Amino acid sequence: MTDNLIEIKNLAFSYGTRPILNNVNMAMSRGKVIAVMGGSGSGKTTLLRLIGGEIKPSAGYVKVADQIVHQLSRDELFKLRRKMGMLFQFGALFTDISVFDNVAFQIREHTGLPESMIRDLVLMKLQAVGLRGAHHLMPAELSGGMARRVALARSIALDPMLVMYDEPFTGLDPISLSVIGNLIRRLTDALGMISIVVTHDVQESLKIVDYVYFLADGVIAAQGTPQEVKSSVAPFVHQFVHGEEDGPVPFHYPARPYQIDLELESVVA
Amino acid sequence: MRNRIVASIQAVGHKTIDGVWRLGKASRFFVWVLLKSTTSFLRFGLVVREIYFVGVLSLIIILVSGLFVGMVLGLQGYETLQKYGSESAVGTLVALSLVRELGPVMAALLFASRAGSAITAEIGLMKATDQLAAMGMMAVDPIARVVAPRFWAGVISMPLLAAMFTVMGIFGGYLVTVVFIGVDNGSFWSQMQNNVDFRYDIVNGVIKSCFFGVAVTAIAVFEGFDAPPTAEGVSGATTRTVVTSSLVILGLDFVLTSFMFRGVS
Repeated sequence: MTDNLIEIKNLAFSYGTRPILNNVNMAMSRGKVIAVMGGSGSGKTTLLRLIGGEIKPSAGYVKVADQIVHQLSRDELFKLRRKMGMLFQFGALFTDISVFDNVAFQIREHTGLPESMIRDLVLMKLQAVGLRGAHHLMPAELSGGMARRVALARSIALDPMLVMYDEPFTGLDPISLSVIGNLIRRLTDALGMISIVVTHDVQESLKIVDYVYFLADGVIAAQGTPQEVKSSVAPFVHQFVHGEEDGPVPFHYPARPYQIDLELESVVA
Repeated sequence: MRNRIVASIQAVGHKTIDGVWRLGKASRFFVWVLLKSTTSFLRFGLVVREIYFVGVLSLIIILVSGLFVGMVLGLQGYETLQKYGSESAVGTLVALSLVRELGPVMAALLFASRAGSAITAEIGLMKATDQLAAMGMMAVDPIARVVAPRFWAGVISMPLLAAMFTVMGIFGGYLVTVVFIGVDNGSFWSQMQNNVDFRYDIVNGVIKSCFFGVAVTAIAVFEGFDAPPTAEGVSGATTRTVVTSSLVILGLDFVLTSFMFRGVS
């Protein structure tokens, strides 16, 4: 077994004829928080779905714990997924059951543990995200940041080796934002797992991650540690990290020349 | 001109292919649900919970509608029958109409709009809010955990609801004709008892409602699971559930009736 729990080789994926990812290579080892950054539509979420085995790559492979994900049978895939957690963008909590039951869901489905032990485990997970006191609430009674913390507790319920976060910082106030960021860091260290954070929140994620991949148009445009990224002079990385309006990623959607659209060609001529 | 004709023929072709393709997808989904149904029976509590939502909560509308349908039947039946001096046959009329046709069909139509639409909306929204995807990522199959229990709950509830609709209807007919109008109590019940056959009328009615239960819930769960994950998509799917199941119920009713009652003497 190699050191890398996750290995991605020459990965490519396309929807029909539209390429989404092309020749992506990554390696990740335990205890690390990895950020995957890129603009909207750069293929970040697709990458997570490929790692989770929801979709199959058109070329290359994703290897998790020495198993090639897309070659697994459905049962084997489900077995592997028990060791994975996923935090969806808006939490995706089950709205018809309480916070407690949400966190207990996986434990009840996959283990035959007695209810008293489940109670202890759930309260421990909720304690880790600071919401033990909210265990009796329904998801509709939670704020956006709290819902995401509960979802985080739910995704680590079975102590996974890998947790994926799909835009965990979107739409949060600054306090909730740093709370979630710090939780990701702390839980990754405590559980010795891998965290893959798909995000476009540069400032928050650079504080907590160990390594960054930049995706642009389906390929890895740049990668490095946060220090390397911050000081990078590569035009794309510079534009992204500093949030500049125009650069390799243009401000304007491709269009005909402005003057022609305004029917000013006669004036120009 | 020629292009326009070609385009309109193509449009018909595309619609047809789409329809056939969707039907195939629905059939595959249906088989998939059946294959994944073991969990529903091993953990019957999941089904019982759904029976409460689709069955028990539909009781009010089913019972009240049944009562009124029976009352109207009694009233109309009496009106016509008394012209021929055979008002004591009103019990038979009410019972046969309800047991054979109105009970299963009306209950199924009400069930489709009350419970079918709710099932579609719930599953569709769970999909739109990533709850189904989250469940899949937790290695829990959403078809086994969410879809199959709802399907079986509907299949189990439907015949029971139809039976209760029929009973309430007969009671409504009794109330109007015997209690209010004054038709003879003894002949109302004895004529009914003589003319309603258990195997021929009642069993056939129950078989009908079983078919309707499978059809309505299969459509409802498929539409929900297949709904585009947007507000518009879920609302469209809910509408389609009610429209499609109503049409399927009425069409299926004709087919079943022509098989069951063709030897009417």
